[in-house]
Amino acid sequence: MEPILSVEDLSVSFARYDRGLSRRSLSALRGLSLAVEPGQVLAVVGESGAGKSLLAHAILHILPRNAQASGTIRYGGASLTRERAEVLRGREVALIPQGVTFLDPMMKVGSQIRRGENSPDARARCRQVLERYGLGPETEELYPFQLSGGMARRVLIACAVMESPRLIIADEPTPGLDAKAAGRVLGHFRELAEQGAGVLFITHDLTLALSVADRITVLYDGQTADTVSPSQFRAGTGLTHPYTRALRQAMPENDFL
Amino acid sequence: MSHRLQFTAKKLVRMALLLLGVSLTAFLLMNASPLDPLQTNVGQAALGSMSPEQIAKLEEYWGADTPAAERYLSWLGSALRGDLGVSLLYRRPVLEVIGQRLSTSLWLLACAWVLSGALGLGLGLLAGANRGRWPDRLVRGCCLTVSSTPAFWLGLLLLIVFAVWLKILPIGMAVPIGGGQATLLERLRHALLPGLTLSITGAANIALHTREKVVDVLDSDYILFARARGERHILRRHVLRNVALPAVTLQFASIGELIGGSVLVEQVFSYPGLGQAAVSAGLGSDMPLLLGITVVTAALVFGGSLTADLLYGAIDPRIRKGAAAQ
Ligand SMILES: Nc1ncnc2c1ncn2[C@@H]1O[C@H](COP(=O)(O)OP(=O)(O)O)[C@@H](O)[C@H]1O
Ligand SMILES: [Mg+2]
Repeated sequence: MEPILSVEDLSVSFARYDRGLSRRSLSALRGLSLAVEPGQVLAVVGESGAGKSLLAHAILHILPRNAQASGTIRYGGASLTRERAEVLRGREVALIPQGVTFLDPMMKVGSQIRRGENSPDARARCRQVLERYGLGPETEELYPFQLSGGMARRVLIACAVMESPRLIIADEPTPGLDAKAAGRVLGHFRELAEQGAGVLFITHDLTLALSVADRITVLYDGQTADTVSPSQFRAGTGLTHPYTRALRQAMPENDFL
Repeated sequence: MSHRLQFTAKKLVRMALLLLGVSLTAFLLMNASPLDPLQTNVGQAALGSMSPEQIAKLEEYWGADTPAAERYLSWLGSALRGDLGVSLLYRRPVLEVIGQRLSTSLWLLACAWVLSGALGLGLGLLAGANRGRWPDRLVRGCCLTVSSTPAFWLGLLLLIVFAVWLKILPIGMAVPIGGGQATLLERLRHALLPGLTLSITGAANIALHTREKVVDVLDSDYILFARARGERHILRRHVLRNVALPAVTLQFASIGELIGGSVLVEQVFSYPGLGQAAVSAGLGSDMPLLLGITVVTAALVFGGSLTADLLYGAIDPRIRKGAAAQ
């Protein structure tokens, strides 16, 4: 199937000023490639600092000011330019961030989910998405500090599905949740994928990735080390990169190997 | 709600204790100063020609031989009953002098307070939202220059430009000289230059602080998320909302700086306000008046910060909804 998102040879570097004011560029991603198909969950696994968030931000064109990106990002078959990203953000492409700090602490949850829209349509839709994730209409009146960790995660997912996105980028949406709550969040992603959306699930937790994803891309040193299916990974077939093999060896159930 | 009341009560008690401390410190400082109220008020020449009995009587009148502790306690006793004593220079009750001077200064202070707050917030937002670009560099450059310029020097500069060269604004005083009852317009015209001097200095500080806060907010996770969701009006919806809290604190904290600045600025513009009275009282060893002014201005400053604390509770949902009580 034609991928909804394809990233080819993506590099991101930062301008750094050293002593003596010489300008040096520091590369965080170098030549990363991946593709997400509609109806599929692609997990991107990498350790902390591997550049996973940068990947998400590069796709949405919201990189920090001192960052420079190169490479090709295509969405729905056409190049995803800054102008196009500005139109698609929050409509067809949705980001699900890590935690409650991504909600404005001074604004009620309802108003944030609706992005300030107050039409009866928007209100009805907001209540509908909250209900879909087991949150009552009273949630709208809460401030972020009044949400529990699990509620906050569900509110962030509700933000993403206010419009019907075709591509969902979830950047480490589970830390701090217990296994049951994390499982529920992942269930929501699967459900969104089954309705036809492409899901880019970013995580450092290999076990979670294996449990939910259709394919797994392992990130190492700013590059794609391997892209395999969970069953291939478990079986250890098709792993070309030494890092991926080491990762597999380090899994608890492979202790005996 | 009860924790809010408790909070307010605690703040009020703290304020009363602080005022007590301020009055005691001011009293001790004045007591330790080498100025002799007798000499300053009666005059050295007059004192020299007086008989020892007359001097003794005067000393008793000024209370020069009563122990300091006793004098402070008796001052405190009357002060609690609302009597701050009689000004030696003006021969009128201190409260009356302060009331009259304060009502003149209030024009200036209110004018400067509103202007500096609005200007500072506006410039801070402009600079922060355009971080690193020319509006930011321009605003920051100007503000840094102004805040390293003494207020009285800025006042002199404005005086030279607007009153001496352009002759469009009066050179000093609160009302036209010998002009009977002053109109509102005349009062405003006279308060404009000193008010502007105070505002410019105050605005510079507020703008610099606001700019830093705006930059912090713009770097926050929630702004990133708002951008990722394609939100419009981010500045109005998120930045302003989150900058409001520190802006309120800053605005009320600036009352202290304004009053401090007004002492010098009123001197430059011969503006007969509280600041000028403070200078006269100091130079003239008018202890009751100086003490009175110190306590009243300290009360104004503390009152400002109390208002800020209370407003904080009203604006910040985390405090309003009782998170602070846990
Ligand atoms: N604004 C920035 N300036 C310089 N370096 C940055 C900046 N943002 C991120 N980096 C660097 O890029 C690397 C990848 O960061 P990130 O994508 O956040 O990692 P993660 O995989 O944990 O999400 C990190 O090593 C970090 O130091
Ligand atoms: Mg990250």
